[in-house]
Amino acid sequence: MIGTGSAPSPFGQLSGPTVRKVKDPFHGDLLEVSMGPQHPSTHGVFRMDVTLDGEVIVKLKPVFGYLHRNHEKIAENTSYLGSMPYTDRLDYLSSMSTNWAYALAVEKLAGLTVPDRAQYLRIILAELTRLVNHVCLVGFLFNDLGTSFTPLLYAFREREKIIDLFEALSGSRMMCNYQRFGGCRVDPTPEWLAAASRLVDNFPSFLDEYESMLTGNEIMLARTQGVGRLDPKHAINAGITGPVLRASGVNYDLRKVDGYGFYPRFDFRIPLGDHGDTYDRYMMRILEMRESVKILQQAFRELPAGPIMDPKAKLRGFRPKPGEAYGRLESPKGELGFYLLSDGSPNPYRYRVRPPSLINLTLLEEMCLGHTVADAVVILGSIDIVLGEVDR
Amino acid sequence: MESLEQIRDRLLARFPGASITLVTNPGPAAEHSLLLSAEHARKIAMFLRDDAALQLDYCSNATGIDWPDKEVVETKKVAVPDPAGGPDKVVEEKTTRLEPGYLESVYHLYSMALRHGPVVIRMRTVNRSNRVTLPSLTPVWRSCDFQEREIYDLYGIVFDGHPDLRRLLMWDEFKDHPMRKDYVEPDDFEWEPTPHGAVLDRAKTHYPAPEVKP
Amino acid sequence: MLGSGILKGLAVTAKNFVGSYHDPARMVTVQYPEERSKLPENYRSFPLLVCEDAADPMGTLRCVACQICEKECPPQCIYIEKSKDKKPDATGKPQLYPTVFAIDTSVCMGCGICAEVCPFDSIKMDQVFEVAATDRFTELLLNREQLAKPNSYYHSIHPTEAAEVDARLAAARLAAEEKAKAAAAAAAAKAAAAATAKPAAPAQPPSAPPTASASSTAPAPGAEAPKSYSRVS
Ligand code: SF4
Ligand code: SF4
Repeated sequence: MIGTGSAPSPFGQLSGPTVRKVKDPFHGDLLEVSMGPQHPSTHGVFRMDVTLDGEVIVKLKPVFGYLHRNHEKIAENTSYLGSMPYTDRLDYLSSMSTNWAYALAVEKLAGLTVPDRAQYLRIILAELTRLVNHVCLVGFLFNDLGTSFTPLLYAFREREKIIDLFEALSGSRMMCNYQRFGGCRVDPTPEWLAAASRLVDNFPSFLDEYESMLTGNEIMLARTQGVGRLDPKHAINAGITGPVLRASGVNYDLRKVDGYGFYPRFDFRIPLGDHGDTYDRYMMRILEMRESVKILQQAFRELPAGPIMDPKAKLRGFRPKPGEAYGRLESPKGELGFYLLSDGSPNPYRYRVRPPSLINLTLLEEMCLGHTVADAVVILGSIDIVLGEVDR
Repeated sequence: MESLEQIRDRLLARFPGASITLVTNPGPAAEHSLLLSAEHARKIAMFLRDDAALQLDYCSNATGIDWPDKEVVETKKVAVPDPAGGPDKVVEEKTTRLEPGYLESVYHLYSMALRHGPVVIRMRTVNRSNRVTLPSLTPVWRSCDFQEREIYDLYGIVFDGHPDLRRLLMWDEFKDHPMRKDYVEPDDFEWEPTPHGAVLDRAKTHYPAPEVKP
Repeated sequence: MLGSGILKGLAVTAKNFVGSYHDPARMVTVQYPEERSKLPENYRSFPLLVCEDAADPMGTLRCVACQICEKECPPQCIYIEKSKDKKPDATGKPQLYPTVFAIDTSVCMGCGICAEVCPFDSIKMDQVFEVAATDRFTELLLNREQLAKPNSYYHSIHPTEAAEVDARLAAARLAAEEKAKAAAAAAAAKAAAAATAKPAAPAQPPSAPPTASASSTAPAPGAEAPKSYSRVS
């Protein structure tokens, strides 16, 4: 534990982040720094134990658990429905896709079908969530780069419009609790759909403006290009998913591979990077937002009328037959999976979340080695983690 | 992709002596799995990853499951010959037997190169107390790194060959494994205004019932 | 040219800065609490209990103390004690009512599952969000007097949903009345038939309330046990 220098601290071992020296006969003194858990750029309560040679990172160990609440144990002691609002709190930036992932796994477990309208609504909401998540990520990434707040606030202005839509539909801005097993909870009104479609049509002009502010910026190019390289072979082996994987050039997007929901009916492309550096990861997000806009426009055009719930689905007294299922989908951060094991009782026997944010951190050390501390902040920012999901 | 039976047969041919069992999943998802014996598991995993027809290069999900000891009551019908010479009497005999529990680790494998999957593999420990070691698959798939640490932390399966087996979510000094079914929470009860259910039972042990005034 | 990217970015910030004075699309800040944005109809914060009559909220609660919401609430923050007697509910059927109904809003996460599962349209989601308090147990623990809100208030916050609920309840009430009428008619016909057959026999009362005897059934004795541990009265 940090803080055990030669003189014992009066507060015992819990004296907070301190700096201690590590003797290394070849490189002079190494410095072990505890970054976090309250560091503003760790996006939550996340800690990195960084060993530095001058300003260069020679070792980095992530430390988790500051937000751990044993979500899985809570879920194993509540009904299937009762866990749905808790899934909002996993990735609290994109609760709509987290809800969907859980509903997808339960539907697989219980063999429920989803009506067409609900399938389209789910895609609309998941893609809106992707816009929210990516636009936040880009804003925060620039915060980490040192452009304090201006890009973040422009991003939040756009995010707020989408979040207002979520509030009008589901009743809550971030804790939507919207998907149900076998459908969705609320049917949107025509006015809501019109407002959403207008917002989506205006989104590319915002993106153009945003990109003209940021993408060509020389400082940003110098700070991100070639920083935090990730090569595809290691990325695959380490289970990295989502835009981080695709920035390394691996074409693996569950919307295409699994074709869950109605995604096979949609016409969109998967952007791929080829350097796997921070700049590519940033561009992946921008390009994915442009593809999401296309998906959304197609969904608004084709949205059918009809019921939004499977008539077989029950709200109360839901007991799936014994069995197990692993349902996964492409959340904005990567592959989000739910593994459920039912023993026929109203509570899941085993409930497991496969959190993309946690697993994408597997190679954080390798990506940061040889870079400076300031770059570690940027690399972490480009991976896109949410601590609610990392620590569960 | 080949069916799970074909994979099992291929594995059995390749690794004679390994025990590989097909575990069926009765649910509508019907994702069956292969139960591997611990001694050969790492080699089999390596094979699954590198085999040209499978190329399961991506381990998506690794998780633990706790199966506590359970009492099984077996009823057996025994025919007892009638001493009077009549037809045999059928008597039901009940035997109770303690089925030892175990810890299980489950891995969901996919192939990014060939875009197929999942192949589910599982391993079981001998018991839940002192023989809880399983081979680590982190040398095969790096993505198991944090996930196996989490299983170790929450379930107490010791992964042999894991490069850095420490607790992941709980703090290092923590003693128990909280996801086990028989985990007992520490008794740090906080006063609640409206206790009911299990909380009420605990409240009773902390606050004696106030005397009811007439 | 080196630096052109930065200049382009500065032009965008300048455009946004100037725009924030005159362009409605860029004037997004709301000066809370002087100005407020309009809450959408579906917005939810904490639960409320609907009562029919604002003058007598406790007498006209729709809740029948079925305890479904208590069971389904994920963080278990609802606490209900059932009454021993019955009184007519919104559709005129004699039902139990809650003598204690408390929601610990410091635990409630506003998920709305209670409102979703309630079969009697009794618990609904409120829209108050300024609920800061200085003491967790006395001020954030809402009892049934604080939770009860008249139907008119419910109509003012969720007009569409409340109209649907009212229509549904009116239909149920109508159906119940029809049924009662039909039962009364059938009983009267039977009585008349009996009277014609045996004129000397005393006429039966046309329709005895079928559930009159049920009201004396006492609730489970365990229902009162928790009281001694709770501060709710
Ligand atoms: S609010 Fe509704 S669900 Fe809850 S006890 Fe009353 S009637 Fe039952
Ligand atoms: S809103 Fe959710 S948490 Fe709150 S009382 Fe209702 S069910 Fe419980």
